[in-house]
Amino acid sequence: MQHPAFEEVSFHHHTEDAEFRKRVRKTTILLSVITVIELGIGLSIYTIHKGENPSHLLVLMFKGVVCILTLAKAYYIVSVFMHLGDEIRNMIMTIVVPLLLFIWFITAFILDGNSYKNLRNTYDKHFQESTMPKDHKAHEEKTPEKESEKQ
Amino acid sequence: MATTATAHQTKWWSGGKSPFNLEYGKLMMWYFLMSDAFTFGAFLISYGTIRFSQNFWPDPNVVFNAFPGAGHANLPLAFVSVMTFILIISSVTMVLAVHAGHNGDKKGVTKWIAWTIVGGLAFLGCQAWEWHHLITGEHAALIDGQIQLVGQTTRVNPWGQLVDPALVSEALHKTSASTLAQLVHEHNHAHGLKELMGKSKDELIGLINVAELHVREKGPVAFGGYFFGITGFHGFHVFSGVIINLVMLIMTQKGVFERKGHYLMIEKAGLYWHFVDLVWVFVFLCFYLI
Repeated sequence: MQHPAFEEVSFHHHTEDAEFRKRVRKTTILLSVITVIELGIGLSIYTIHKGENPSHLLVLMFKGVVCILTLAKAYYIVSVFMHLGDEIRNMIMTIVVPLLLFIWFITAFILDGNSYKNLRNTYDKHFQESTMPKDHKAHEEKTPEKESEKQ
Repeated sequence: MATTATAHQTKWWSGGKSPFNLEYGKLMMWYFLMSDAFTFGAFLISYGTIRFSQNFWPDPNVVFNAFPGAGHANLPLAFVSVMTFILIISSVTMVLAVHAGHNGDKKGVTKWIAWTIVGGLAFLGCQAWEWHHLITGEHAALIDGQIQLVGQTTRVNPWGQLVDPALVSEALHKTSASTLAQLVHEHNHAHGLKELMGKSKDELIGLINVAELHVREKGPVAFGGYFFGITGFHGFHVFSGVIINLVMLIMTQKGVFERKGHYLMIEKAGLYWHFVDLVWVFVFLCFYLI
């Protein structure tokens, strides 16, 4: 069905019902599966934390994987559910290009927080002693030169 | 007629046609959502900055482990996964409502919008339960050398590091008798709270098994503020989304869109609703998963 009310719109998208249903079903299953994987990873992080000797590198890796999966979910919601993928390329760019600012935004502010922590640990020993988790302390005594690399 | 249409198409930037092939209102909804994404982004990034500036941050699996009706059972991630699926499903029903609008199917739009509203209300109900549980659910925390029972607020929260049992026994002597009575009562229902209130401090301390107390230090103060601030701002978006959808439902039923000949308004409401789901994906990531 065409909508004559909006003359500024030159052509209308029309998807067949069957094709549309298939697409929505596929995306719903995809989003659910990704969420279940994320929950699984969240629970394994929990078990690692509870364990005798938690591996911080493994936890960090799992967290990275969850971040990537979340971005995948965001991509599917925006491009299929919000139909951004069906729009004209120029229009997509006016939305996506400004969002690139987030790359700087996240990097700069996370690094800032991290640097503040390192400065406080260096110059405010009371802060360090009263807040540093015990397993981190033990790890640090073994490799003091690696302190700045850790989060 | 056909020739003028072609001429218009070749001069998209000279007025009369949308160069982006989008109706004005929908385009502006996209730009609003982009700016809203920056608002949420700024909140979440500021949370990240504070979190990276701390040596210790609470483990979400310790904080969010309750489920309605499950009592004290330790069920990390269970309830929040229910909330996440509610939003995903309500997003799907919204897509179906928009599609029904494309086909001019009034009945379909009404049905799917109504389900979307149900999903939104269910999500808000879950969030209300979670907030209530966090604020009123009291946990033992070591504060100023004594043990206090506190919930999670914007001023204090009990999610710090576990305290050494030796320090706990020491702190018990400085703790008030009523707090001790509650501590005993929580782990041992054989004694009534009234009966315990009448006992002396030494008697109460004798009844406490330090090993099963799980006393924690105070958590980072910012944790409560960020959690309630960001999930609250998201909840406010869900709430306004439900209101918008309700308006859409009423307008559909009154036949407003039918008379106009199109259901483009539903598309705009749909964009907003999907955005709410999109933001939750990131809130879920930042607060519950990592």
